[in-house]
Amino acid sequence: MEQWSGFTAGKWQDEIDVRDFIQRNYTPYMGDDAFLAGPTERTKGLLEKCRALMAEEQAKGGVLDIDTETVSSLTSYKPGYIDKDHELIVGLQTDAPLKRGVNPFGGINMTRKACKAYGYTLSDKIEEEFTYRTTHNDGVFRVYSKDIRNARHSGIITGLPDAYGRGRIIGDYRRIALYGIDRLIEEKQKDKDQLADRVPDAENVRQLEELFQQIAFLGKLKEMAAMYGCDISAPAKDAKEAVQWLYFGYLAANKEQNGAAMSLGRVSTFLDIYLERDLARGILTEETAQELIDDFVLKLRMARHLRTPEYNELFAGDPMWITEALGGMGIDGRTLVTRSTFRMLNTLRNLGPSAEPNLTVLWSQRLPLPFKHFCNRLSCETCAIQYENDDVMREGFGDDYAIACCVSAMRVGKDMQFFGARANLAKLLLYSLNGGRDEKNGEQVAPPMPVYEGDTLDYNVVLQRMNFYRGWLAKTYVSAMNMIHYMHDKYAYEKTQMALHDTDVHRFMAFGAAGLSVLADSLSAIRYAKVTPLRDERGLITDFKVEGTFPTYGNDDDRVDSIAVEQTKLFADALKAIPTYRNAEHTLSILTITSNVVYGKKTGATPDGRKAGEPFAPGANPMHGREKNGALASLNSVAKLSYDICKDGISNTFTIVPAALGENQQIREQNLSNIIDGYFGKGAQHININVLDRATLLRAKAHPEEYPNLTIRVSGYAVDFHKLSPAQQDEVISRTFHEEF
Amino acid sequence: MIGKIASFQSMGCADGPGVRSVVFLQGCPLHCPYCHNPETQSTEGGEETTVDALIRKILRFFPYFGAEGGVTLSGGEPLLQRDFAEKFLKECKANSLHTALDTSGILHGGAVLDHCDLVLCDLKFTTDALYRQHTGGSLESVLSFMEETAKKEIPLWIRHVVVPELTDEDIDEVIKIAMQFPNLKKIQLLPFRKICTHKYEELGRTFPLAGTPACGKELLEKLNQKIPLNLR
Repeated sequence: MEQWSGFTAGKWQDEIDVRDFIQRNYTPYMGDDAFLAGPTERTKGLLEKCRALMAEEQAKGGVLDIDTETVSSLTSYKPGYIDKDHELIVGLQTDAPLKRGVNPFGGINMTRKACKAYGYTLSDKIEEEFTYRTTHNDGVFRVYSKDIRNARHSGIITGLPDAYGRGRIIGDYRRIALYGIDRLIEEKQKDKDQLADRVPDAENVRQLEELFQQIAFLGKLKEMAAMYGCDISAPAKDAKEAVQWLYFGYLAANKEQNGAAMSLGRVSTFLDIYLERDLARGILTEETAQELIDDFVLKLRMARHLRTPEYNELFAGDPMWITEALGGMGIDGRTLVTRSTFRMLNTLRNLGPSAEPNLTVLWSQRLPLPFKHFCNRLSCETCAIQYENDDVMREGFGDDYAIACCVSAMRVGKDMQFFGARANLAKLLLYSLNGGRDEKNGEQVAPPMPVYEGDTLDYNVVLQRMNFYRGWLAKTYVSAMNMIHYMHDKYAYEKTQMALHDTDVHRFMAFGAAGLSVLADSLSAIRYAKVTPLRDERGLITDFKVEGTFPTYGNDDDRVDSIAVEQTKLFADALKAIPTYRNAEHTLSILTITSNVVYGKKTGATPDGRKAGEPFAPGANPMHGREKNGALASLNSVAKLSYDICKDGISNTFTIVPAALGENQQIREQNLSNIIDGYFGKGAQHININVLDRATLLRAKAHPEEYPNLTIRVSGYAVDFHKLSPAQQDEVISRTFHEEF
Repeated sequence: MIGKIASFQSMGCADGPGVRSVVFLQGCPLHCPYCHNPETQSTEGGEETTVDALIRKILRFFPYFGAEGGVTLSGGEPLLQRDFAEKFLKECKANSLHTALDTSGILHGGAVLDHCDLVLCDLKFTTDALYRQHTGGSLESVLSFMEETAKKEIPLWIRHVVVPELTDEDIDEVIKIAMQFPNLKKIQLLPFRKICTHKYEELGRTFPLAGTPACGKELLEKLNQKIPLNLR
């Protein structure tokens, strides 16, 4: 095939196998960043246009425009451009830049509310149309139990994707560039024909219908590209087409789904093969190669979904989680870092810092040193990178996995997940004390038991009560998830994205836990100090008197760290005891995104001394102000949480002032490398790095106009600081900054 | 062997090369007006710990130290608990840790120096009169300590806290003195800062330099220019 000329032949030609193509054709790069090119004049011009649009969007309260007349889908809008004559890579979600589409399939209430919040009204036409349609949200609430409704409403389980698109599914967008749509349809048709011969039990019939939808949407994808003047039925013939074909796949997914996290996958090293081929052919120079990547990233930065203010309260900063996994090592020992890995990171300089795409470096002890230092330099300059431990993830996921959202590893095109927000473990403790009644609203949410009696909390008695309520929570949580994903598959199935997966896909069900550090410290207080429960007029325990000292999580102290480890395992085991929809594999994350603020707001005082309503620490972080032995002790505590148990990820956000990292830039880079090596050497999975002063954040809060591009890492993703609510800004400012002493 | 620890910091990147854990021993014979750890001055207080316990704690951070990092023993004045310091540093070496001693140099080094890969010595004032007036110690002792490190050929970093209106005019003299020592590897100027003010308040003491401005970036930058490039 002409498009494949120059490529090393292999199994990838006979079957869909992008990894095999990469392994046979990519060129590892061991050098430094000296070869990189800056932005071209064309890029700068386009960047200016985008910046102006984003400034206008911000000035309008966060949403520039909404098309309330059209239901978003692959071909429902006319082609849109930022500047048609000057764009290398084309395609927008709607017919104009930053204009948001409406996508009511997740739930029309959410769409209606979101329109209203920004001063728009969902059109009668769409309202009318959806009176005859069942949304995912309708479906879920037809079957929800009373327990689930109560648990949801009281906030012991929060953020369930029952009114919006679940997201977290990563299509293997590279397949379009490598094979072209026609071949992909052909393969899916083969799968469908084969399946048709099997006994048509419920699962097979469901699969057959899904395959029908996948094939239909591959056809629509081709149509969508044709509207932009591109024929993507055949493979891409050069780098520009490869980027464009791949981007069309991602764009189609975004038009079809308003998903909670719409990650990109692991595309840089794949694209590098095309870029290097064109560089060798003399079609591209370094400058024009970089320009293609810059243009691609600029398109990604323009991606938007329409969400409600409530959603933003949970997941702040209008995030998309366009996560791109970079680097890592191959199982054959070669690094997967290529020149294009550098080019992708170089967009942070050429286009300025940005929260999206969510650049995620897959870090290995064995990564080439110049690459490590380049990443760390960018971390110091921009705070826009997160690091994840390739050495632990490669074991379970091989060397062609990507990251969904923040910390969820999945093999590209082979694994998908049923995303499921998180349960509040601090509240679980309070329910255990209060016999299943909510400490805030007083409602009997969980099965009744007498409120804890006695003057002092006894560790063993508290653990016993927790065992009972944990079982209830797990059952309620898994039940809710099974219902949600049954209905999402039924009413809002991701046709484009699943068409870019193997038909025989592995499914995870991704549970989450919040408030782990609050729970660990509370149990530590009960065990090592004297905790007296204080009851209110309703007889509920709503406050605590603590006498004596107790070890706190974040100080590398096994007495309390072991409690955090144990509680994580107990919760994971409780979940695993309940069967899942489609036999998905149970996984667990310790990740809050920015919902730690809302979780805290909904939770009463806890025995660790946290006051009612105070925010939790984000993710797996220790509570701020409780770390007494400095940064490495804090990292060691988090590193003890088992990735084997929390395969959906363990998020840690690390903020350090520049001076505490060393006296000059070069030393800071080296020290940062050693810290990440040390942390990951202990088996930890994830770290967000912010290198900045608290004073900078305070100034940015007071004078947002002076810091339009201030990007910080929060919990598994980056946000533009000015997009956070004042409460979220305060929470970020109050977090532990590792300082000089 | 029991020592008295003022505090422990698992990570310090400011006291010696690379990523380091820093042990602050309790007690100091001097009373510098700009002291940023006033709680370490008294020989009373501090937490008692054994060499073994401390080593066990530090070894948990070994993976972070990389090729250059390790342990810094600081204070207070670490040489005030010299037996403990010696045993501790010896044990660090036995565990392949890079060791640095962060000292005022006011006491003699002796056997402690046999287990140091690096010495950070503070040259606070450049005349005996000023030294005595502000710290209560003698410059002669400091110079003879540095001489001792030179004889033992231990790499030496000489540090000087730049306090506006107090020590910011001394730089030429600091450089001149420092360069007498053949084992000198680095001259490090440390900016006087006032983040320690609250510590004085907690101790019920008055911060002697409450009215002195902190050393700004520009002043530090300007003074750094005076230091020969190979010693910065």
